[in-house]
Amino acid sequence: MTDQHVDLLIIGAGPAGLAAAIAAREAGIESILVLEREKEPGGILRQCIHNGFGLHRFSEELTGPEYAKRDVDRVRELDIPVRCGTTVLSVSPDRVVTCVSPEFGFSRLSAGAVVLAMGCRERPRGALCTPGSRPAGIYSAGTAQRFVNLEGYMPGRRVVILGSGDIGLIMARRMTLQGAKVLACVEIMPYSSGLNRNIVQCLQDYGIPLYLSHTVTDIHGRERLTGVTVSRVDENRKPVPGAEICFDCDTLLLSCGLIPENELSQGAGVELSPLTSGPVVSETLETSVPGIFACGNVLHVHDLVDHVSAESFRAGRAAAAFVRASSPPAPVFTVKDGPGVRGTVPQKISARPSEDVSLMFRPADVYRNAAAVVECGGQEVLRKKAMIYTPGEMAVLTLKKEVFESLPDKVITVRMEGEKQHG
Amino acid sequence: MDKVITCINCPVGCRMTVTLSDAGAFVSVTGNTCPRGAKYAEQECTRPLRVVTAVLPVPGSETPLSVKTSAPVPKELIPEIMRVLGKTSVSLPVAVGDVVVPNVLQTGADIVATRELSSR
Amino acid sequence: MTQQSEKVFQSDIVIAGAGITGVSLARELSRYDVSVIVLERAEDVAEGATKANSGIVHAGYDAKPGTAKAKYNVLGAAMFPALCAELSVPYRKCGALVVGFDDNDRQTLEDLLRRGVTNGVKNLRLLNREEALAAEPSLNPEIVCALDVPESAIVSPYELAYAMADDAALNGVRFHFDQEINSVSAAAGSGWQLATARGDVFRCRVFINCAGASGAALHNMISDQPLQMTHRRGQYYLLDRAPYQPFTRTVFQCPSAMGKGVLVSQSVHGNLLLGPNAEDIDDPLDTATTAEGLASVLARAQRTWPALSTRSNITNFSGVRAHLSTDDFQIGPVSGAPGAFEAIGIESPGLSSAPAVAVDLAASVASFLSLRKKGNLVPPRRPKKPFHDMTDEERAEAVQNDPAYGNIVCRCEVVTEAEIREAIRRPVGARSIDGVKRRTRAGMGRCQGGFCSPRVAQIIAEETGVCLQSVTKCGGDSLLLVDTVESFLKGGAGND
Repeated sequence: MTDQHVDLLIIGAGPAGLAAAIAAREAGIESILVLEREKEPGGILRQCIHNGFGLHRFSEELTGPEYAKRDVDRVRELDIPVRCGTTVLSVSPDRVVTCVSPEFGFSRLSAGAVVLAMGCRERPRGALCTPGSRPAGIYSAGTAQRFVNLEGYMPGRRVVILGSGDIGLIMARRMTLQGAKVLACVEIMPYSSGLNRNIVQCLQDYGIPLYLSHTVTDIHGRERLTGVTVSRVDENRKPVPGAEICFDCDTLLLSCGLIPENELSQGAGVELSPLTSGPVVSETLETSVPGIFACGNVLHVHDLVDHVSAESFRAGRAAAAFVRASSPPAPVFTVKDGPGVRGTVPQKISARPSEDVSLMFRPADVYRNAAAVVECGGQEVLRKKAMIYTPGEMAVLTLKKEVFESLPDKVITVRMEGEKQHG
Repeated sequence: MDKVITCINCPVGCRMTVTLSDAGAFVSVTGNTCPRGAKYAEQECTRPLRVVTAVLPVPGSETPLSVKTSAPVPKELIPEIMRVLGKTSVSLPVAVGDVVVPNVLQTGADIVATRELSSR
Repeated sequence: MTQQSEKVFQSDIVIAGAGITGVSLARELSRYDVSVIVLERAEDVAEGATKANSGIVHAGYDAKPGTAKAKYNVLGAAMFPALCAELSVPYRKCGALVVGFDDNDRQTLEDLLRRGVTNGVKNLRLLNREEALAAEPSLNPEIVCALDVPESAIVSPYELAYAMADDAALNGVRFHFDQEINSVSAAAGSGWQLATARGDVFRCRVFINCAGASGAALHNMISDQPLQMTHRRGQYYLLDRAPYQPFTRTVFQCPSAMGKGVLVSQSVHGNLLLGPNAEDIDDPLDTATTAEGLASVLARAQRTWPALSTRSNITNFSGVRAHLSTDDFQIGPVSGAPGAFEAIGIESPGLSSAPAVAVDLAASVASFLSLRKKGNLVPPRRPKKPFHDMTDEERAEAVQNDPAYGNIVCRCEVVTEAEIREAIRRPVGARSIDGVKRRTRAGMGRCQGGFCSPRVAQIIAEETGVCLQSVTKCGGDSLLLVDTVESFLKGGAGND
């Protein structure tokens, strides 16, 4: 009892969904439909007007809208339908998707395969349990970015930014350039999770101080924000009394982490990893539910859109293979996080991967003069040395597909070696 | 004269000490761990360059136009470039790559649109 | 706010306060042939203690027998099922347990049981440890006993207040928001004259003080028996909705002199509520949360539910309860002020009591003014089922009839554009982001409005005919946006 059948249904027309669509069409799938809740395709890139996207993929520095346009243009060229203004309401384990839009009404679609590409959302104030009053003027950095870059409105004049993730840093520069005064960027950790380039070009260029090992401990103002109290924290991230700084500000932007948006995945019965908050997948990006694939920030939060695109091309190809009724090989190998490693994706690998396998993870701390090591059955499979590994940058280890022919055990472990910066 | 800067080329973030002559010319750099760092240090201490991105309102469009400089421009010109943008008016439609301000402040770089805005 | 020219308003009755007590009373009085104005300091209904309490319809075992609290709690609680059905407000009789951890607590629970029986509460029963753990397996195994309270229920207090305000407005009551009362004085001859901070004047024959935190201040302007009021703040955690919450019942710890004890309770929408603590504060409008307050709520809630994690915390908030030194509600004519009535000191169980207080107080006022009941009343509005709760077929039909149902504005709570527009168009409609949030749940979910608040603001601007920059979070100066990018850019941009 469905309104329409498509071979491949893709949820989300951000960089992940668009790349999956392109790859699937290039792999010969004719019947593809992409569903997008916004009015236009492009996802969060539409509001990321700064440059720095595409160095890996295009060997040039594009702005977010320019990067998105390349995929959007390619999708148009390939004549893949993208239904915008459409919100998916549910995905069932047998791949029946319900969705709604003002234009097409309520639809129930069945799909040969589904790619989940819904992206992520920002961690809001509530998740931080920051005490204080609840005035207007507290925004996640991305909401502020939308107001400025897509709606043309300024959310504030005097700004403090909590969290030194890249979005927060980018917004420090954006707000400054557009005429606001950014007073401080406050980071609870002893290091920033943002890129050095953003620390230099978004904070230092404009004389904005970065307070490491500090956090916002009180929020003032009844109607509109009037100020925040910032306190130094100890090594357990607990505020140190007597070390408070007060800022008079009308705006607090939160850049405190991103959470993959997996409510639909949960509804489909997809197994989630508590470490990534995204689906548990095999090297083909297939989730625990057959025929449902996941890629991009819904799978795990990336820091480079180039990686999102690469991952999503793989998901699109794998979904195409699934549609062509080649039942995917059962996973044989399990990938486990060893010491110093958090949230390795994929968590499962089949006996004979058809492509080289990229293991992606975040180190749990800053490691200097370090190596990421892949082991199996006491045997070292791969060692990748680097002067630095940081939690702010996803590490990628690529295992040749031939490696899997001769692994001694079914458990593959990824671990860090080297000087941990913060014990 | 010595200047300490952080390298931005990779996450290592080398703290580099750059020695400049009294006239401000580059003399030497220490603390870098690769040649890219040395090159960046010289550039950053003598003539720092930035790509500038911004949004500016366009009459008749709810979405503002996002723009960038087509090439990196001297860092110290950023405030002046924003003032130029404040006086710039753009009319619909706009295509990606359209030149909004040619050769801005004689830098050789244009300000170009990075988003398409169609007329209603 | 722009200063408007002063205006003079006349009505038979002025009610101060659009909290649950004020709107319940307004609705009761709307059944009579009389003109009623409700004055509210804030920009919306339910902006004081009504929006920030535990949302429990207490069974009535707690109040001392013979007090107004005991009387109205039991009477009021009995009115809720029919009232909520009539007004289409979510209400669920989920029951409650009051848990005890030692022999002192056991003594307290036995006292509560006796009190409850005296107050007329039905079906109370003491459970031993095993019975309690069998009923609620997520409870701390260290409990020794529990009082089972099957008659305890949950309700959405502000949704009830909105529905009652709408119903009152449909039947002729006029609401004036952003009107803080500066003075109340006897008018020449008879009746009352009220001056507001805006400079407006309201004249009436009967003045009724339901002003919550300002109740004592207004009382002391007119009465010969001055009152002392304490402002008691309670802080809360609100956790995300989940398919399985740890408890089906509300779980209380033993009450103390300061309140009913920290509870862990589901809300009618499936969120989990933890709180409140109790602390006396000076400023009744100070609804901030504090690190100490939140820590104490957490520690105590963890005693009820050891597996508690704040990972799914959506927000923290606090409410301020108006506590009189008599430790009871004060309801009836104001001493030394003929033609003035009051319902003040309305702390817990104020929500449970409000419908019954309103009936009694309306009867007193009606008798004072010799009012007659109206012949026919406008029936309550029948709100559509929330899109979130519709079946697929109902959703298909809703979108077919109104394409705005096809535009999901809040993705966390699945709230549509149609519902947001309706919330603004209701008789006493939303005018702010928070007003829309409480009426529709848009922004109430896990992203806390990160995605939807820009769109909700846009819809408010369209519906109320203001520019986007004038839209507020919760009235007054709580503006969301300070200016356009354009005027910042033209006003001298760049870093300084």
